[in-house]
Amino acid sequence: MRNVDTWRALLTERTKDEVVTKALVRDVELPGGAGTMALITLDNGFDHTKPNTFGPHGLLALNGALSEIAQRTDLAAVGVTGKPFVFGVGADLKGAAALTGREEALAIGALGHHVFRRLGELDVPSFAFVNGAAMGGGLEVALHCTYRTISSGVPAVALPECSLGLVPGWGGTQLLPRLIGPANAIKLIVENPLAQNRMTRGRQAFELGLADALFEPADFLEESLRWAARVLKGEVTVERTDHTATDWDKPVSDARFLVDMKLHGAAPAPYRALDLIALARTASRDEGFAAEDEALADLLLSDELRAGLYSFDLVQRRAKRPAGAPDASLARKVTKVGVVGAGLMASQMALLFARRLEVPVVLTDLDQARLDKGVAYVHAEVDKLAGKGRVSPDQANRLKALVTGSLTKDAFADADFVIEAVFEDLAVKKKVFAEVEAVVRPDCVLATNTSSLSVTAMGAELAHPERLVGFHFFNPVAVMPLLEIVRGGSTDDATLATAFAVGKALKKSSVLVKDAPAFVVNRLLTRFMGEVIGAVDEGTPLETAEHALDGLGLPMTPFALLQLVGPAVGMHVAETLHEAFPERFGVSAKLAALVASGKPGVYRPDFSLDEEAVALFAGGSAPSTAEQVRERVLKALAEEIRIMLDEGVVAAPQDIDLCMILGAGWPFHLGGITPFLDRAGYAPSRFLPQGVASLPV
Amino acid sequence: MPSSRDVVFVDGVRTPFGRSGPKGLYAETRADDLVVRVIRELMRRNPGLPPERVDEVAIAATTQIGDQGLTIGRSAAVLAGLPKTVPGYAIDRMCAGAMTAVTTVAGGIAFGAYDVAIAGGVEHMGRHPMGEGVDPNPRFLSEKLVDPSALVMGMTAENLHDRYPSITKERADAYAVLSQEKVAKAYADGKIQPDLVPTAVRTAERGWGLATQDEAPRPGTTTAALSTLKTPFRPHGNVTAGNSSGINDGATGCVVAAADVARELGLAPKMRLVSYAFAGVDPEVMGVGPIPSTERALRLANLEMSDIGLIEINEAFAVQVLAFLEHFGLADDDPRVNPYGGAIAFGHPLASSGVRLMTQLARQFGERPDVRYGITTMCVGMGMGGTVIWENLA
Repeated sequence: MRNVDTWRALLTERTKDEVVTKALVRDVELPGGAGTMALITLDNGFDHTKPNTFGPHGLLALNGALSEIAQRTDLAAVGVTGKPFVFGVGADLKGAAALTGREEALAIGALGHHVFRRLGELDVPSFAFVNGAAMGGGLEVALHCTYRTISSGVPAVALPECSLGLVPGWGGTQLLPRLIGPANAIKLIVENPLAQNRMTRGRQAFELGLADALFEPADFLEESLRWAARVLKGEVTVERTDHTATDWDKPVSDARFLVDMKLHGAAPAPYRALDLIALARTASRDEGFAAEDEALADLLLSDELRAGLYSFDLVQRRAKRPAGAPDASLARKVTKVGVVGAGLMASQMALLFARRLEVPVVLTDLDQARLDKGVAYVHAEVDKLAGKGRVSPDQANRLKALVTGSLTKDAFADADFVIEAVFEDLAVKKKVFAEVEAVVRPDCVLATNTSSLSVTAMGAELAHPERLVGFHFFNPVAVMPLLEIVRGGSTDDATLATAFAVGKALKKSSVLVKDAPAFVVNRLLTRFMGEVIGAVDEGTPLETAEHALDGLGLPMTPFALLQLVGPAVGMHVAETLHEAFPERFGVSAKLAALVASGKPGVYRPDFSLDEEAVALFAGGSAPSTAEQVRERVLKALAEEIRIMLDEGVVAAPQDIDLCMILGAGWPFHLGGITPFLDRAGYAPSRFLPQGVASLPV
Repeated sequence: MPSSRDVVFVDGVRTPFGRSGPKGLYAETRADDLVVRVIRELMRRNPGLPPERVDEVAIAATTQIGDQGLTIGRSAAVLAGLPKTVPGYAIDRMCAGAMTAVTTVAGGIAFGAYDVAIAGGVEHMGRHPMGEGVDPNPRFLSEKLVDPSALVMGMTAENLHDRYPSITKERADAYAVLSQEKVAKAYADGKIQPDLVPTAVRTAERGWGLATQDEAPRPGTTTAALSTLKTPFRPHGNVTAGNSSGINDGATGCVVAAADVARELGLAPKMRLVSYAFAGVDPEVMGVGPIPSTERALRLANLEMSDIGLIEINEAFAVQVLAFLEHFGLADDDPRVNPYGGAIAFGHPLASSGVRLMTQLARQFGERPDVRYGITTMCVGMGMGGTVIWENLA
């Protein structure tokens, strides 16, 4: 008990603002005379939009409830369930960020263990009734119980800690592998978090062995209590597998290999998680939990975690309230969309607009065959969705009927939003918009999907340039979450607000950017690529340059990225930027040779190097080491970002990071990029103050 | 298609009844969730009944708005997970809602329109106080179509004491005490619990709990205690909270089927529907309603009161039960009447009560194979009575 007082003293002052999850206790008479259960409801007093989390105050509240329960002799069992729709979603991250000393970091781990493990160490059996979302520490509460039931309506069961830079350190790494085996535990603890935080549903969780019984949501608690009564009366026996007898080394080493492929050691958390899982086979509870405490403390005090929390906040909050967006009430209603062009990009956009806005979408093209192909693409994609059961047959009919093609732009006459996806050439785009403007209403928003051209220049000859806005998707349109919304020189607030409203309806995260060459993501990726290719041009072996930045844990190597984008497109953006900033953006003759060769990149389809393509990059007399390439690239990125901020391309470094996370898939542990550049010392002056995305001094 | 075939009561359940109000069992529980729980329990208790064979879900509620609105029979069926092919509707005859749900689907079954139906009722009088949202036509009073007291049930009970001067407050209180005693004994003997469906309840303040028994009964009630209660409907009157049913929340439901289909599905029906009748009376003495409805139902069945071995009569007010007994020449403590006690103790969530009567009669039938016929009857606001006569299949 003295420990609890110590932890309380260490922790509670720092986390005074915690939204406390209370542990409400109520006696329940179990059916069939199975006795009395003390049923704990975890509830922070808010509705499901503010889910239950655990900070020191919440842990102490649960501890208090368990202390009272432990003194009772009239109980047959203890139960834990959540408030409607939510069981518990983990640690209070805001509070976790407030802990900055090692003693405190150790204390939060130890307090969590102390409280949660009581659930499994009472004189009577304990039951978790997982009625709603159970993540992180919430799921660990359930893992500590003797038995678990889960609702088939639970949308999310997960241990997402590794995605942020933590480990499930309140028992998760020790209890889960023993319950469901090392391979499944690794999937939940390591693989899913590294795969865009994939969630497990209630039924899957049951099938994995995470829960002992599955009930439908309509009367989940009643049937769970009935089941608990039958367990207590011996009418139901729960069979568990002893997984300690199986081979743990192989799944752990396989996972280590996969993690290394992805991260190259860039983020410590998944490695620590694997160490702990490996330990769980033989470690006693005390040993295992103590090891978790140490890992938690190390990670809580790591800059990678701080960057992870910062990134999480960007994606969860800033992405939803874009900085600089005008008042949403200025947005005009969009009831019909026009898409100029019927190529792949245009067709992908048409499908997305039809699915998300559920309004008519007209594609135009001068060529009937291309038009037919574009509409056919959308119809085929809709059929695929229907085939997978993602849309009903009626919805499929509706979507197909929404998307039509027209050879003339007259079809845009009653459109509210017309976007072009034609060839990336200023003259072509200007001509297109002149034609569009001739038929549309004066308040119809005109949007360009240009990736690098000037929106202002594009609108120069329009009668109403104020309704032109940049609306830059990333490929593949349906998947990539980022939209760069570009305010041109004349763009008015109503147009901009409409663009943001459409972006939101498309379920994209929009970032407001200034009309500057290549905006944010392409400018930084091109600078990045330019430096890598520059080093190769100077004589650095391609493979050396290609892997010089592996240690960052980026989603792709530079030449793999080039191949995804396509050398010709990459070249085109490079040329645009070279024109704008010749001193910082080069145009590589070797890249031009690759484009001329018609090869898709330096890799063959099986990811082996195409020696012929690699040979195009030979030559040069001043090779760099990998370390030199890395220095050069990161310094260049820091320089470019500083210039972009000075130019006012975006409102703040946070927007740069949000763009890189959502548009380029750059990882949480780098915080996008500026937190990493700050902590690695590449920025001449910090982008973010110490303490933001980094440990406070 | 028109046909006539035997209709049987297969099985009935109910939620425990709660006291209405901010501290009541179901203060923060939705009415439709109570119905869902009942439907799911019926399906669970009768695994031989494939869900897609349910042809209708008729759920009664007096106040059909909010969580008792949205055509509650249909919406509760969907929420309960019955196949979307199963239709449903809402029905209302105030206190006799669930009874009317049963007789209406029974008519449909006899006609051949359905094979199997779920019928029941719900009233969350805490969320929907009596008279919520009503807008009585001014002609009721201007043309003296009804007495001003007709819409206040307690006043109609006082009026009944006027009509039956022999029924004193003392007799009413004594009847109420007996009802409490019978309920306490039925609970002690485990007669009530088997047909209750434990229901999850939650309040923001206390978290989740489980309702496992009725909240309203007051075991140990004495006539001395009752004699001190106020008579809110009339100064120095006769009707008190002690000799009336309370304000309650709860839901009931049952499976009704064609006898041949019940056989086909291997269900175990408990009662056969013999006859039913509804009758109208002066609204200001609505409590006498069961008298003409029972006379009519007996006549339709070609039976006499002496043929009836068990009577489940809803105790909206003690005086109304006593008027019925007096009319048919039965003693106040006739053992055939409400052997497990009645609504004075259990409570009376208006539209749900009819099926409680049937469920209890079915259980009594099970214990009394010697009894052939029983009746369920109740009075209804706006001056009505309803009676259903059942044959014991045990």
